[in-house]
Amino acid sequence: MSEKIIEVHGLGFAWKQGLQVLDIPEFSVDAGERVFLRGPSGSGKSTLLGLIAGVLAPQTGTIRVLGEDMARLSAARRDRLRADHVGVIFQMFNLVPYLSVTGNVLLPLRFSSARRKAAGSDADGEARRLLARLGLEDEQLLKRRVSDLSVGQQQRVAAARALIGAPKLIIADEPTSALDADARDRFIALLSEEVTRSGASLLFVSHDRSLAPLFTRAVDLAAINRVGVSA
Amino acid sequence: MSALFSLAWQSLLNRRGSVILTIVAVALSVALFLGVEKARSGAREGFDNTISGTELIVGAPTGSVNLLLYSVFRMGNATAEVTWPTYQKIAAREDVAWTVPIALGDSHRGFRVMGTTQGYFDHYKFGGGQSLAFAEGRPFDDLFDAVIGADVARELGYTPETPLVLSHGLGSAELGAGHENRPFRVAGILKPTGTPVDRTVHVSLEAITAIHVGWETGAKNPLSDSISEDMIRSFDLTPRTVTAIFVGLKSRGSLLRTQRDINTNRGEPLMAIIPGQALAELWNVTAVAERALLAVSAFVIAVGLVSILTSILTSLNERRREMSILRATGARPHHVFLLLVFEAGLVGFLGAALGIVLVHALIGVLAPMLQSQYGVSFGVRLPGLVDLAVLGAVTTASLLIGAIPALTAMRRSLADGLSVRL
Repeated sequence: MSEKIIEVHGLGFAWKQGLQVLDIPEFSVDAGERVFLRGPSGSGKSTLLGLIAGVLAPQTGTIRVLGEDMARLSAARRDRLRADHVGVIFQMFNLVPYLSVTGNVLLPLRFSSARRKAAGSDADGEARRLLARLGLEDEQLLKRRVSDLSVGQQQRVAAARALIGAPKLIIADEPTSALDADARDRFIALLSEEVTRSGASLLFVSHDRSLAPLFTRAVDLAAINRVGVSA
Repeated sequence: MSALFSLAWQSLLNRRGSVILTIVAVALSVALFLGVEKARSGAREGFDNTISGTELIVGAPTGSVNLLLYSVFRMGNATAEVTWPTYQKIAAREDVAWTVPIALGDSHRGFRVMGTTQGYFDHYKFGGGQSLAFAEGRPFDDLFDAVIGADVARELGYTPETPLVLSHGLGSAELGAGHENRPFRVAGILKPTGTPVDRTVHVSLEAITAIHVGWETGAKNPLSDSISEDMIRSFDLTPRTVTAIFVGLKSRGSLLRTQRDINTNRGEPLMAIIPGQALAELWNVTAVAERALLAVSAFVIAVGLVSILTSILTSLNERRREMSILRATGARPHHVFLLLVFEAGLVGFLGAALGIVLVHALIGVLAPMLQSQYGVSFGVRLPGLVDLAVLGAVTTASLLIGAIPALTAMRRSLADGLSVRL
């Protein structure tokens, strides 16, 4: 299982001429790995995630996601790669306010036939199974407006959405920063369990060093990025 | 596509408060436009359906529109009449199949009285060839028989044998302009036609002459009451003038020649008009006003469309986060674009549809009143081509207008990527 899900070589990125935010000689994530990437805000985390998710195009160096050289793909192909194979969890406000809980979970299936196929014929049931495994099985709760859910519940809905249709890579950008310690640990445990069950890789980004032991590997962005934090 | 469509639908449902207001704004603007359009076409159709089968209308020289209006639509008054000998000359023409002379000028409780001949009931046609038909009774037979239109009967509650008194001119019998010394009775009631016939009291030409015995000076001679009905019946009641003549030709091929012949008549000056042509002239006159009205109401629709634009543009800022969530879960830029375009299109479509329902409901409620008060007949019509065209045009325009906020949102979502912060 040494297949590389993410492979970065000599990756450079600057938002403006001379304002380099990333210069990463080497970084990779293997299939099935759960990697903790630590970095304070302003360290280029979001830029790196944007590059991996394919919403940004690399400027120098190479970045391969699922073996695809992102620099050579068109924006549309990068979008499709993300739609088919990447699940994303944000820090907060993850949910579309006008969709129901299951409507939110099923959202990626609207944009990807690959994930629609992977979720099986009973997508609704699959969504409910995922939600139940993440501790959201109360029928009453599922009927509520998503804005009435607690932040912890919202994040678990977002996790179910990232996981549905078995994407190969889950990206989580500070998903626990709005949770208290108990909820945070429970969230990470549930997420890790589901990621492992589905065989996906997890790239979990946070500034909170104390979370590192909960993952198979921890990487400090400052250690792999040659551009200083001050940049 | 359908996935986005349902997203757009759910997004609108979520903001239904403000969305409904926008829909209502569009609906009102569409209803105004269609209302104007339907009143216009209703009025035209009503006029166009009023006379058919009559090839020429002959009267004293005046404007052709004027002749048409007073002879067929009972609007306005004739300024001059045609003498009886001239009428006889026209009736005797080789190319003329039939003539129906009419004499106007009296009234009965607000309804115009028309003197004519039996031939009127045979030759007058409306609504593309329908003949007049009797609901009750029969054509006038006796000198003091009257045949009334459906509205006259309904509004005055008349039945056959009801006596009635005509008034001179358009005055009322109570003000001393009455022909109360010559009472008529209802002989027949016509079926409704949706034309001015419904609001007309028909009597014989001779009756018109008879009631004016003693009115030779233009006002009532006090001695005329002493002339008994029997004496009048013994008079020569051949009319001296008629107001206009409806003419049917033996062959339509001679229409223009006959018209020119009559127009250039030596002796008494005459005017012959072709009803359809005179109507077209009338529409030319009113077209400017109609176009102005339609233009104004089209601008009101534009205002309605701008309200769609405003409501979507103002919602974009608070939906920035939503767009990046959609992008993160796999939506491509064109999905973001289509989502907003669909939302605009849906609002436009719903607004236009509601406007169409509104205008038809209003017509359903108001049509009887408009018909009786203004003679504008809308008929009972289902939504037609015009409604469909407006529905299509408003929806298309909304989709196009939706492209403005959609482009903004698409560009922003590309720039924002996954990193939108609140």
